Amino acid sequence: MREIEYRDALNEAFDEELARDENVVIMGEEVAQYNGAYKVTKGLWEKWGDKRVVDTPISEAGFIGMGIGASMLGIRPVMELMFWSFHSVAFDQLVNNAACCRYMSGGLINVPIVMRGPANGGTNVGATHSHTPEGLFAAFPGLKVCSPATPADAKGLMKTAIRDNDPVYVMENTTLYGMKAHVPDPADGDFTIPLGKADIKREGSDISLIAHGASVLRCLEAAKILQNEHGINAEVVDLRSIRPLDQDAIIDSVKKTNKAVLVDESKPFCGVSAQIATLIQEYAFDYLDAPIKRVCTIDAPAIYSPYVEADQLPNAARIVKQVLTIA
Amino acid sequence: MSHFEINLAMETSASPLDFASSPINRGLSAEQKIDLYRQLTRIRRFETASLKQYNGSKMGGFLHVYIGQESVAVGCASLMGENDHMITAYRCHAHALAVGMSMNECMAELFGKATGCSKGKGGSMHFFAPDKNFWGGHGIVAGQTPLGLGLGYGLKYKGLKGAALCFMGDGAVNQGAFHESLNIAALFDIPIVYIIENNGYSMGTSQARSSAFKDCLAQRAEGYDIDWDLANGSDLYEVRAKVNIAMERARNESRPTVLEIQTYRYQGHSIADSAHKKYRSPEEIQSYKDNHDPLNLWRQRLIQENLLTEESAKKIDTEGKLEADSAVKFAEESPAPTVESITEDVYWETDNTTEASKIGRYFFND
Repeated sequence: MREIEYRDALNEAFDEELARDENVVIMGEEVAQYNGAYKVTKGLWEKWGDKRVVDTPISEAGFIGMGIGASMLGIRPVMELMFWSFHSVAFDQLVNNAACCRYMSGGLINVPIVMRGPANGGTNVGATHSHTPEGLFAAFPGLKVCSPATPADAKGLMKTAIRDNDPVYVMENTTLYGMKAHVPDPADGDFTIPLGKADIKREGSDISLIAHGASVLRCLEAAKILQNEHGINAEVVDLRSIRPLDQDAIIDSVKKTNKAVLVDESKPFCGVSAQIATLIQEYAFDYLDAPIKRVCTIDAPAIYSPYVEADQLPNAARIVKQVLTIA
Repeated sequence: MSHFEINLAMETSASPLDFASSPINRGLSAEQKIDLYRQLTRIRRFETASLKQYNGSKMGGFLHVYIGQESVAVGCASLMGENDHMITAYRCHAHALAVGMSMNECMAELFGKATGCSKGKGGSMHFFAPDKNFWGGHGIVAGQTPLGLGLGYGLKYKGLKGAALCFMGDGAVNQGAFHESLNIAALFDIPIVYIIENNGYSMGTSQARSSAFKDCLAQRAEGYDIDWDLANGSDLYEVRAKVNIAMERARNESRPTVLEIQTYRYQGHSIADSAHKKYRSPEEIQSYKDNHDPLNLWRQRLIQENLLTEESAKKIDTEGKLEADSAVKFAEESPAPTVESITEDVYWETDNTTEASKIGRYFFND
């Protein structure tokens, strides 16, 4: 079984899509000659050259808007935000021009861009660099959002995002870039994962832990503890895609386990988990044996202190504790 | 002194040229010149009709009319070839008509009808016609300036010899997105022409109260090593001559230009701007109408050139009025969009019911 790092899985996705479609362009700050701030695009400039892998100035509104404009003419820009946290300086481009041009033109235009980069806390970089805006962007109709938790999902979702004809915002994670796991060998065929399809990362019968991104891994750690120390068999549902959302997978799991804890690295107020909670109460109310519980990032801007940041984020201990309140 | 007088003074001292003799204008046939007059009058008649209908509560939202500025959109559109593209801000009706969109679809859009160019989903500020290389119609000041850059980038990427024309008002020059775009345009050699339609006022704030500048706004381009120029917008020949130079620079050298065109709007920023006669004097408005009106000047020019008579000009104007009246009738009689149509045109995938659109939930309505 071939195991590669999350960053290399993404790199492989870009390389394959650059080869497949001459209109695919990788763009962003330091993505070319510097090989990417997190080495996700390593080697691509050397292989594909100036036209296909483009270093931009630190002008997020400028280059993202440029990518959106170019996509209207059929170019397929895959643009990196060095951190998704920097979305704020390009917000007009991201939510007006990318999300609304199709609508405002009555469907005459489509914007086949990919915006990607890491969106996570946990690296002691303070509030400005630790935003997790997946729920924020999923709240804009016209946008699609996904958040892969494993190298294989990262590659499969990225390839799908690049081929998609709508704007897709892929939220990666700096703490996962070095994670190594199985990714199918390219020799075994084209590997893609559809948007809108969740993945049951651990089958269980007693409670559903529903998460996306790195929180999925925290859930898997918690599930092990719950099994070993408390005899609770937790199911871990990895949403993978936030919009479109695999509502069936969520509801099916809750109907099976009758209990749900939603684990979400975004903040509790109107975060992704708030949306999941309302769907569960609407579609599986009669199946619930306990209130829906959540484990979110503690509701304050991201703290810098390395002593406590890990406790601000969802982690196995906090998940176990929350599960035990209803299990 | 108004912005217009300041810059006109610069113009006359620097370039006492008759732009009728520039190569791009020498090549105009009599028919083409008359057609330019027709375009100018059609736009004025459309805007006059839309103003009347707006005041009659036939449409919602905002209405930013273009009366007084017609020579800019018409002059620019007349230079476009198959690989040239256009994008603008919210004062977009004239650009839409100038690239060939019909009065019917434009008026119906203002009325919010299903027959509108955007099916009633865009409104006054958001007209689009990709088949005519017209990419909007954008509501946020300077938000379109990076998109225009992208159109130029796309042309260059595909190896096509063309120019992206990106219009903006004088208020947009103070937005960061525009400066980011200028830097990238110069750095990447993007074939784009930024056209500042300077009507002297960013909403109710005059140029002098909103922008720091030395001689003119376009001059800021120097800091980015971008060629720039200033044009008198009341002379259609001059607009065409100077825009053409910039477009040729884009097509042949793949280099950007910032071109400031001095113009004027007779109405307020939008129709809601009823105070527009307070932040500028009635004399200023009248002086522009009397001395710089682009329609009057073009008509006089064509009469001098023996291409038009007062009668034939009037006939063209009447045709424009009838066309606008007919567009109002079309808009009035057209059906409104259905409530079901609200969730159409959001995602390409769901509109096209692709396999991907069947996986997962896209909409979260009750």
